[in-house]
Amino acid sequence: MRHDREVLLIMIMNHLPVLAVVVPLSAALLSLLLSRINKNLGKAVVILSLVFAFLDAVGLTAQVLQAEGHLIRYAMGNWDAPIGIEFYVDPINALLACFITFIAMCASIYSLSFLKDREWLQSGGYYTLIALLTVGLVGMTLTGDVFNLYVYLEISSLSCYGLIALGGKRSIPAAFRYLLIGTIGASFYLLGIGLMYAMTGSLNMADMGELLQSQMDNPLMYLVCASLIGAFGIKMAQFPFHAWQPDAYAYSHPGASPLISGAMSKVPALAMIRFFFFIFGVQNLVIVDATRLIGILGALGMIFGSVMALNQTDFRRMLAYSSVAQLGYIALGIGIGNLYGVTGSYLHILNHLFMKGGLFFAIGAIQYRFGIVNINQFGQLHKKMPFTCFTITMGALAMVGIPPTGGFFSKWYLMMGAMDKHLYIYMAVLVLSSLLNAIYFLRVLEKIFIAPEARLADRFDKEARRDGAAAKKHFLEVPAVMLVPIVVFGIGIVAMGIFNSQIVEFVAQTALKGVF
Amino acid sequence: MLETVNTFLAARGIYCLVFILFFLAVYGMITCKNYMKKMMCMNVMQVAVILFFLCFAQKRGGVIPILDGVTEAASGYLNPIPHALMLTAIVVSLGTTGVALALLMRMTEEYGSVEEDDLLSGKARKKKEESADEADEAEAEKEAEKEETADVTGKDPDET
Amino acid sequence: MIVTDIRPLLAVAFPLVASLLILFSGKKPNIREAFSIIAAVGAAICALSMSSGVVAGNVYEFVLCPLTDTLSLTLRVDYAGELFACVSSFLYVVVAFYAIGYMRGHHEKDQTGFFAFFAICICSAIGIAYSANLLTFFVFFEMLTIATWPLVFHERNDEAKFSGRKYLIYTLIPGQLLLVGIVIVYAMSGTLDFVAGGFMNDSMGSKLMLSVVFFLLVGAGAVKAGMMPLHGWLPSAMVAPTPVSALLHAVAVVKAGAFGVIRIIGYVYGPEVLSGLKVTQILAVFACVTIIASSLIAFSQDNLKRRLAYSTIGQLSYVVLGACMLTSLGMRGAFFQIVAHAFMKITLFMVAGAIIVTAHKDNVSQMNGIGKAMPFTMIAFAIGSFGIIGVPFFNGFVSKWNLLRGAIQGGMPIYVVVLLISAMLGISYLVPVIFTAFFPKNKETEFKEFHEANPFMLVPIMITGVLSVVMGINPNFGPHLYDLATLAADAVMKGVVH
Repeated sequence: MRHDREVLLIMIMNHLPVLAVVVPLSAALLSLLLSRINKNLGKAVVILSLVFAFLDAVGLTAQVLQAEGHLIRYAMGNWDAPIGIEFYVDPINALLACFITFIAMCASIYSLSFLKDREWLQSGGYYTLIALLTVGLVGMTLTGDVFNLYVYLEISSLSCYGLIALGGKRSIPAAFRYLLIGTIGASFYLLGIGLMYAMTGSLNMADMGELLQSQMDNPLMYLVCASLIGAFGIKMAQFPFHAWQPDAYAYSHPGASPLISGAMSKVPALAMIRFFFFIFGVQNLVIVDATRLIGILGALGMIFGSVMALNQTDFRRMLAYSSVAQLGYIALGIGIGNLYGVTGSYLHILNHLFMKGGLFFAIGAIQYRFGIVNINQFGQLHKKMPFTCFTITMGALAMVGIPPTGGFFSKWYLMMGAMDKHLYIYMAVLVLSSLLNAIYFLRVLEKIFIAPEARLADRFDKEARRDGAAAKKHFLEVPAVMLVPIVVFGIGIVAMGIFNSQIVEFVAQTALKGVF
Repeated sequence: MLETVNTFLAARGIYCLVFILFFLAVYGMITCKNYMKKMMCMNVMQVAVILFFLCFAQKRGGVIPILDGVTEAASGYLNPIPHALMLTAIVVSLGTTGVALALLMRMTEEYGSVEEDDLLSGKARKKKEESADEADEAEAEKEAEKEETADVTGKDPDET
Repeated sequence: MIVTDIRPLLAVAFPLVASLLILFSGKKPNIREAFSIIAAVGAAICALSMSSGVVAGNVYEFVLCPLTDTLSLTLRVDYAGELFACVSSFLYVVVAFYAIGYMRGHHEKDQTGFFAFFAICICSAIGIAYSANLLTFFVFFEMLTIATWPLVFHERNDEAKFSGRKYLIYTLIPGQLLLVGIVIVYAMSGTLDFVAGGFMNDSMGSKLMLSVVFFLLVGAGAVKAGMMPLHGWLPSAMVAPTPVSALLHAVAVVKAGAFGVIRIIGYVYGPEVLSGLKVTQILAVFACVTIIASSLIAFSQDNLKRRLAYSTIGQLSYVVLGACMLTSLGMRGAFFQIVAHAFMKITLFMVAGAIIVTAHKDNVSQMNGIGKAMPFTMIAFAIGSFGIIGVPFFNGFVSKWNLLRGAIQGGMPIYVVVLLISAMLGISYLVPVIFTAFFPKNKETEFKEFHEANPFMLVPIMITGVLSVVMGINPNFGPHLYDLATLAADAVMKGVVH
């Protein structure tokens, strides 16, 4: 018996990369079925699978950090690399997988209170979509095969369309528009990899990278780069491909929006880094041009997103436009294209996942309790929801880039990178964007802490009225399943700042040193 | 001059056609006002991509990759991978179409139309109400939230 | 000798931890205030206990954690840092008591937030003092910027909101420019560790580049120190409760700015590079203009707190001016001015607050004969005023005397003139207050009964007042602050021949 357990453990340890995908996938397929039997069973199985996926990803990160050459290449079904599909796990994508599964786990727990009174079909379907989204994102992060990446991209996109459409009446056109534009993006991606496949005859990223080196002066490479920029630009909502994003983020299901806005746009950004730096290599002229274009678009996006965010009163829309700006930071780092620039990019991917995730968790809680999303009604909210406001404050400070929150440090690395390449204009853009961020995020804090108290319909009051004397007293500002993720993310934003050097040193730079 | 054009068309003409089809479809997606038509344009676009893959997989004198005992060299066979990839892509496009149709049905239920103009004007009307009474709006949104139904149709075909 | 010691960390951590505890104990005011006082006393003990060791030549250092891949959050207690940390942590104790009296006496709202952010401000001020490198300095500097904001908008009315916005605009922009400057310095020199005498040298960049970077770095400090024309936020931040003004204007925020300027001049660029660049002369011109102009404006203010605010602007420019002289005596004067001005101005502000709470008067013209009602308070006010003016045997004299000598040592008689004019103007705007208080022109005043401020406020006022005099007579009283100033100035100016 004991022996069996050990064997099982060793088996799990050997198959960590694929289990991070397979377990949530199975849970997704089971969720609806089990929900038919018992509503809670479906939820439980997905949540447990995501917890497992998170632990798995943590284990995988630990494994890859100890592995020889900091690399694990996992061949699917024992078909070896250039022929079979492989999972290419290096520290940066293992850590991102950790973060994705973590936010997915938190979001799935957080959503419990939104789905308390729903039918089996609704809750089961919702959890199916959450699990599938996670599968897609984790798969996209870990895979080492360009076509496999497309498949995961579509899995995540399709489930994301569904989750956005769940957000109520206004979300349906938003989801449909996202579907159309997202499909254009996916088609661009297919075109790009089609061209590359035609040039190399390989679909494996590492193999393809080697084969492409001799063909880098082929004019088709420009077409490839353009397709990839279009594809990932659309998927990560980079300016000027962001048009779908504000509506989609703002109206998506409040339980899923942290996951969608936090993780969904980051994975294509990482894929962009992987393609341009790991596969193509920076030393090639065409890539230099392409990354320069990405950088310019990023810089424009930082300004544009911030300016647009300035005149939003819906907090979610403001956050959505702020995402356009924040993805501009990531694109800017790619555009700078040296060790520090890409490190900053990568760090910002992780930071922004925490910041945006935390802020969307917070606004979801506010929406849950008071039904408001307009920042003009936030007056004196800190008295009613202190922990939520703590997270909003931390998120806002991190967005502005105030130390010691995480946002500052990604800005620091980006600035160092820009300085190394003497791109003073990018430094100016970073400063300008921080100040614009300060205007609209500190405005929210001003509304919360200074504005007079707004008259709000409190959900707890309603429940108390409905239940009469039997009403239970609320010790927490929102149910614990919501409060815990909020607080965890609020602390996480600061923790990201404090532990940034470990991430940079052990994760980003070990992986990136080989590239530069 | 004509010679070069001819050789170019002979060698690359099909790709030009495929790209024209692709961008025609994108153009259609942008200009069509009807969401149903947009979706159909999307399908055309996906077909264009599939054609692109199939075109470059083709070669003169290649045979289907089944050992026939005659052709020995691998170069004599067609590469089957692009076809296999496109089978997956077709499945994905089917899934996408399914989700799109489900969304369109929901849209028809909610708004009674899939015309962009109707939706936009309907939204404009809604916005006026919003400013008239914000508290009402919050209520309405909660109602809308309650009415939402899990959209589970057509989301499973994407496991490939 | 470098000694690893945890006390610098404790001095920073006490207020920081206290701020969290304060936030969680909002419902029980007594416990909340107890936290605040424990933190203040703890931080002060940590800071003051190191001073004799520092004077003896020890450098206490604590590396907390890595900040980035190459830099770490390091706290180092050198002469200058110890000087500033002693002042801010000691005055935190005083203000902590005073704040209790003031906030309760004035029945302020949101006291919990007030005490919490107050503690964070002190934490950042001590952090700024002990920072061993520019990035650590920046971290605490930005923390200070943000933590002061809630204190400025404390009243939560429209005026407070606009002051808050103004404050943020004035401080966030230079903060970001400072970051750019730090990045450029790091790229040029490869280090950010403060070194007495500076770590930059001429070969690191063109003269133009070095000058531009200098202004990027100094800008943030100059704004916080309220140098004209960047002083606009300071008077409007007056809407904050008085302990905040006392803290803002005497200890933490503005002094942190002035201290930052000294750090940049003395510990980043160093006198040798700067004398080649001539940028300090430009800065000194701004400082001189500020000194004169702010005194003139102060003269025309009737609101006592505003008058003191403008006086602060002028007095802080003494620090900048002293540092810009690039002479050892000038630098010594600048360092000691931080100490002296902190004690004097905090006394003055606490008096103004005591008058607001006890007699409900804001304006100088209404204080006819208030000296009879609040004799101890007003005597403390007189002591503070004499210090500001620079009367011998008050601590302000010590710093001003050194500044004068520094100006002569550097061969810049124009600064002497500026300092003297400023002293005259100081007489003109502070002495009338004392006169109105003790020798009322109109005998029909309401201040006939003896009505002192409550002991929570009066005792702190008396302590700082008495200390102002004691330190005027013996500048080395207590934690050897004058020695520290001398040693710091000599360390910075070593190798500079006059």
